[in-house]
Amino acid sequence: MATTAAPAPMTAGAYAHGEATGIWSWLTTVDHKRIGTLYLWTALTFFLVGGIEALIMRIQLMGPNGQVVSAEVFNQLFTMHGTTMVFLAIMPLSAAFFNYLIPLQIGARDVAFPRLNAFSYWVYLFGGIFMTVPIFFSAAPNGGWFGYAPLTTMQFSGGLNIDFWVIGLQILGISSLAAAFNFITTIINMRAPGMTLMRMPIFTWMSFVVQFLLILAFPAITIALVFLLFDRFFGTQFYEIAAGADPLLWQHLFWVFGHPEVYILILPAFGLVSEILPTFSRKPLFGYNVVVYSGIMIGFLGFGVWAHHMFAVGMGATADTIFSLATMLIGIPTGVKIFNWIATMWGGSLRFTVAMKFAIALVALFTIGGISGVMHSSPPTDLQQTDTYFIVAHFHYVLVGGSIMGIFGGIYHYFPKMTGRYLSEKLGNWHFWFFAIGMNLTFFPMHYSGMLGMPRRIYTYDAGQGWDQFNWWSTVGTILMFVGAIFFIANFFRSRKNGAIAPNDAWGAGTLEWSIPSPPPDYNFAQIPVVTSRYPLWDLKHPEMTADLVHSAPDEMTITDSHAVPVHEETEYKTAKELGIPMPFPTIKPLFAALFMVVMFSGLIFIHVGIFPLAMAITIGGALLFIGTLYGWLTSPLE
Amino acid sequence: MTVATAVATADNAHAGDSHGEHTHYTTTGLEHRKIAIWAFIGSECMLFASLISTYLVYKGRSKIGPMPHEFSCKVSNVVAQTAEGVAALGCAAGDVMKPILDIPVTSQSTFVLLMSSLAMVLALEGVENHGKPGYDRWYKGSKFWLGMTALMGATFLGYQSYEFTSFVHEGLTITTNLFGSSFFTLTGFHGAHVTVGVLWLLTLLAIDMKRGLKGRNDVLVVDICALYWHFVDVVWIAIFTLIYLIQ
Repeated sequence: MATTAAPAPMTAGAYAHGEATGIWSWLTTVDHKRIGTLYLWTALTFFLVGGIEALIMRIQLMGPNGQVVSAEVFNQLFTMHGTTMVFLAIMPLSAAFFNYLIPLQIGARDVAFPRLNAFSYWVYLFGGIFMTVPIFFSAAPNGGWFGYAPLTTMQFSGGLNIDFWVIGLQILGISSLAAAFNFITTIINMRAPGMTLMRMPIFTWMSFVVQFLLILAFPAITIALVFLLFDRFFGTQFYEIAAGADPLLWQHLFWVFGHPEVYILILPAFGLVSEILPTFSRKPLFGYNVVVYSGIMIGFLGFGVWAHHMFAVGMGATADTIFSLATMLIGIPTGVKIFNWIATMWGGSLRFTVAMKFAIALVALFTIGGISGVMHSSPPTDLQQTDTYFIVAHFHYVLVGGSIMGIFGGIYHYFPKMTGRYLSEKLGNWHFWFFAIGMNLTFFPMHYSGMLGMPRRIYTYDAGQGWDQFNWWSTVGTILMFVGAIFFIANFFRSRKNGAIAPNDAWGAGTLEWSIPSPPPDYNFAQIPVVTSRYPLWDLKHPEMTADLVHSAPDEMTITDSHAVPVHEETEYKTAKELGIPMPFPTIKPLFAALFMVVMFSGLIFIHVGIFPLAMAITIGGALLFIGTLYGWLTSPLE
Repeated sequence: MTVATAVATADNAHAGDSHGEHTHYTTTGLEHRKIAIWAFIGSECMLFASLISTYLVYKGRSKIGPMPHEFSCKVSNVVAQTAEGVAALGCAAGDVMKPILDIPVTSQSTFVLLMSSLAMVLALEGVENHGKPGYDRWYKGSKFWLGMTALMGATFLGYQSYEFTSFVHEGLTITTNLFGSSFFTLTGFHGAHVTVGVLWLLTLLAIDMKRGLKGRNDVLVVDICALYWHFVDVVWIAIFTLIYLIQ
């Protein structure tokens, strides 16, 4: 790894390839890498918003009888913290990597439907704004990120708050579904020659599983939300207990979505560390097949464990037993992966870069969260822990210790590919240690406060219940995490312009994305590569590392290391036009289609306000404009 | 592998690359759009599964009538299999509410919808064989059968409007009871899907009128619409069986 300290050129990034820049080029882009970059910036912004919400809550809970915010504001804070982190931060951060990496890893020039991809992003952006802005008017959603009905029906939540949540989630669901159809098609249909399914990089594999989870899990919450919307606006009785409705209907529909959602959040991070660990251990991933199969197994079993979120509602011994067993079972493929990662590192020549540290942190911290997860798979234990801070500790170890650590690792790992510059390792180390120590200091004491009976979602508590010092430490930990995040922000902005220049293969990795320039040209691959094993770049540079792997017809491989092969440099910085590669036209239509669709949905808010004609005008107007844009989109040529 | 051989093969591969003919993608060989529509249909299955399960879970839980298959009373909320049964439970003759589902009428609309799938198959055949001998006759062409499919879809929607209107006249709206809420939402969602399908078919018909549907891409476009249309039909078979026929 030659990290040259060469003076930074005036221009970096996409400029190098003669591509259009400026705001219009971003609004009309259909390039998967630019869309990935947009996802990354937007999701990191929402991540910060969600973090600030958490910080305010922790300051309120730092000592007994806190007075920083009212109970009403606190309800909005924990609801929006959960909703933001799940739907507006972690899922889109994963989507940023799906967009950026999947085509590069499978050797494709773009996704299957570039314009649909742009549409997914704009729907996400407008939906996120739609849901977040009300917090400035104290009208943010306040029914928890799970929005349990009947609590969220008109009878108990009469304000506009829940309307924003219901409609906002409906919008975000469309974004996720559209993206999932796109990536499934891309992965099934667009792999480079020789890239068989069992040669795909693990990140692409885990993303593939996630897309299936998305298309099969989101319809359940869509329907649950439709019922709630109809109950609130049109007087249906789906959640009306007095009319005989089942109070568990929402919970079942929500968790049929909600548990696969947990794997939607974690599997991309698993994929990222499965790229990082082999690279910095200088060893192929241990037990590739087992990692793939256990990922599929997790996805499959993920649909059979939803009711473990509902042990406390009294489903009866039979249901409790089945879901308890299924939950214990799903711990096996997850545990298998942990051992695969450890075995990958075992005997490797480890380099402790920041990305590697985050990846190792995932392995360690996710294991802690996984173990407490297996604890609640036992209904009698779960009854003690339900709705206490013990649960908060558990799922934050999984989501912060797991997903976020993996995503940060991914950002440090792939930043050089995205920008052509390294993130600073020095600032990165500060970021890592503050964040990792802060994370443990925040969430580990919650195991204790939870066991001592502190309930979730209370906005304040009295002194003398044994919770005080644990809460104090949790708040200190949150502040440390924030300091870490500030180091990250500083690093991110500083390194974009002034970081050390990264070569194509920034870390000596083995997969296809590292064989092309950093940042990649809009067409990605000047020539579509032919691969013959799982680590084509190692085949080229370090054949001894992949000697044990199966290779088919190695003579056919056409990966070139552009730095070692001068002839390739001629094509490296040519534009798509010069190379004769057809590129999709940039278009503004996906943005407008997304905008009009969100307008159409937002009209529903006015039904509640009581201005029915206005609601109809906005909804029907938005729908007509949406359909009109869609016709224009579908009748204009792609490239 | 040495760098030298890598360069040599890279040049060979470059010759056939990016012109479409020799690209040997690791692929199913199917068009992207066809895979996407199958993924979409998979997702839609879960959507209707959620709606149908809710209907079934709420079956028999309504506190007041009208009921789908049983007689009930406007005043006392008693339920029985027969009108006499309700009367025996103390319901005055004027207050007896009949079972709401009219199986003979819905059987007719079901028949029309299922036949529309046949018309769709013939429409696709017409596009696939555009210009071939025999397919210039009006009853073999895609225009006629696309129009017929859309017409039968619209007929089904007409039946559904009639059904909804008569249910409202008999006292069942979406807000009346759990049966009303889950029934109208489920069948309404299906009706909305049929409506989208009819608009899609009419769009294809308009294109066919304007320039004629022919060639590989047009076959694919009609094929995708056909997959959607058959899916909507199959869902109706499930709805008709589970909601109407099974009591």
